[in-house]
Amino acid sequence: MSDQKNDHQAAAPAVQFTAVERYFGDVHAVDGVDMAIDDGEFFSMLGPSGSGKTTCLRLIGGFEQPTSGRIEIHGQDVTNIPPFLRDVNTVFQDYALFPHMTVGQNVGYGLMVKKVPQAEREQRVKEMLALVQLPDMQNRKPSQLSGGQRQRVALARALINHPRVLLLDEPLGALDLKLRQQMQLELKAIQHQVGVTFIFVTHDQEEALTMSDRIAVFNQGKIEQIGTPTEIYEQPATKFVAGFVGTSNLINAEQAKQIVGQRGDYALRPEKVSIVAEESSVAADQCCVTGTIQDVIYLGVNTRYVVNLDMGGEMVVLQQNLRASADNPTVSHRQKVMLIWQRDDLRLLQG
Amino acid sequence: MVTDAQTIQTKKLSTPEYLSRFFFNHPRTVLILLLAVPLTWLIVFYVGPLLILALQSFFYIDDYSGTMVKQLSLNTYAELFTPPNMEIVTRTVTMAAAVTLVDVLIAFPLAYYLGRFAKGRIKSLLYLGVLLPLWSSYLVRVYAWKLILSNEGIANWFFEVVHLTGVRDWLLSLPVVGGSSLSFSYLGMFMVFVYIWLPYMILPINAALERVPRSLLDASSDLGAKPGYTFRRVILPLVFPGIIAGSIFTFSLTLGDYIIPTVIGNSSYFIGPVVNRLQGTSGNVPLAAAFTIVPITIMGVYLLLARRTGAFDAL
Repeated sequence: MSDQKNDHQAAAPAVQFTAVERYFGDVHAVDGVDMAIDDGEFFSMLGPSGSGKTTCLRLIGGFEQPTSGRIEIHGQDVTNIPPFLRDVNTVFQDYALFPHMTVGQNVGYGLMVKKVPQAEREQRVKEMLALVQLPDMQNRKPSQLSGGQRQRVALARALINHPRVLLLDEPLGALDLKLRQQMQLELKAIQHQVGVTFIFVTHDQEEALTMSDRIAVFNQGKIEQIGTPTEIYEQPATKFVAGFVGTSNLINAEQAKQIVGQRGDYALRPEKVSIVAEESSVAADQCCVTGTIQDVIYLGVNTRYVVNLDMGGEMVVLQQNLRASADNPTVSHRQKVMLIWQRDDLRLLQG
Repeated sequence: MVTDAQTIQTKKLSTPEYLSRFFFNHPRTVLILLLAVPLTWLIVFYVGPLLILALQSFFYIDDYSGTMVKQLSLNTYAELFTPPNMEIVTRTVTMAAAVTLVDVLIAFPLAYYLGRFAKGRIKSLLYLGVLLPLWSSYLVRVYAWKLILSNEGIANWFFEVVHLTGVRDWLLSLPVVGGSSLSFSYLGMFMVFVYIWLPYMILPINAALERVPRSLLDASSDLGAKPGYTFRRVILPLVFPGIIAGSIFTFSLTLGDYIIPTVIGNSSYFIGPVVNRLQGTSGNVPLAAAFTIVPITIMGVYLLLARRTGAFDAL
């Protein structure tokens, strides 16, 4: 994937992967990854478990060594440099707080390693705990904190060292939904404030879309697509991306020939499709299919319709519930309908 | 629903059903029933005898009649604190401390490898290697060491094969720890102690190490700590309770052992054999009891000190 942003930037990217591979025995955890992460961006690595995203993060942190390939951090080749010599810090999935130390000692650990004088250390620990909104917590033990608080301590402990790159390994995975959404916004705000490159690993596509400047979608050790959230969602490059990020109707070559007159695999987002009466007129830049309503699933904000197509196969349609009526009186189970959408909304998939 | 509940209420219950429902509603009764037997055992056979032992240490032997006077006095303790007896205590405690120290040094790397790096078959084999000696008779192993260390034993043969008899002779010529042969010296006794209690040190350290998540080591390294720093600041504090647990075994087992000092060594006195002789042939039960109080007191002080240094903070 070429990176347009980087073309007009003189400085080296924050992190650069060149043909990086990491094998564990026969398992190709990372199987030829090329990517360039810009300085100061919020970059997410999104993918299902076992897709290689966490291994990539551990390669940047230095906890794993690549089997082959080259990794650079700010232009410096770090391929064989141990973690403790890298200008990178990590927020671990399980937070990895030292249980025998207080919150203050945990946050100040990096400074203690660097032999920063105690007075300065305490001052900076205080500032950092204020930044993550945990003032006056220095003397607690990690075991006395809630999950959300531990997550903040882990963040403070990593940020206090002023790393040029911060790695976050599914840090919000263990939090409940409300707290997770709150932390998503806070993380984004903190990133804005400190101006550090954030590299964020997640399997939650919504989280990635919410927080990221750019997203790399991982599958089976390879990157399927790199792009902004809008690009990833609106223009999925592959079948996998179309299916993993949000939901998509996949239109196969046979169906495509009947609908648009040419063969090819297409993806179509359910919310781009409208349900109209069977004999409606269709504009020149619109596509249409006919079918029978198979299922009506009320989801609060939306209603999801599963439609059996007359040409075979089914299509999912998502319609926003704009009015407060209990159901849409014009559409019901077993009803024959026509589905229409803008031709531009069809996305041709690679491979 | 109401009618269902009523049928459940009025239905005639079978005995097991009745019992399980009774136990469900009376958790305290269950607790008492479960604890009754082990608790009785503990009190009757452990705590009780210990208290009687402590009591007997305050009795004394009448010098003329040689019989035990069942009156509380400090006569026996006065006898315990005489120089020859204190020498026995010092000798035993020094041996126990040396054995513990060396066991920690040997056990730690092995436990570390076992807990961090060994996988699959190698791990099972290593565990087996640690545990296997515990399955064979303690006496057999001690006498085996007697043979190994004797003048005709394989230890001497080994020194001759590698042409290091000079080293052996130098070791045996050392004051205090040396002796006429390995099996008749503190050195030999020390080796056997170290060998025989080693599994009791490896297992707790290994258990403590296995409980340290890998991510803590990654985090320390991530925050700039070199491996040595991580070891001192993260691994050691977290494994320390395991080391203390292991040292409780090695230290107290050495303090109380009476076989090894009898079979191996230069027949100088250790607490174990002395207690054995006092309550047996000499019939001086009060002094034997007083001698037994010594290791108990030492272990108590040791645990208090360990707690004060924060050894158990990470538990």
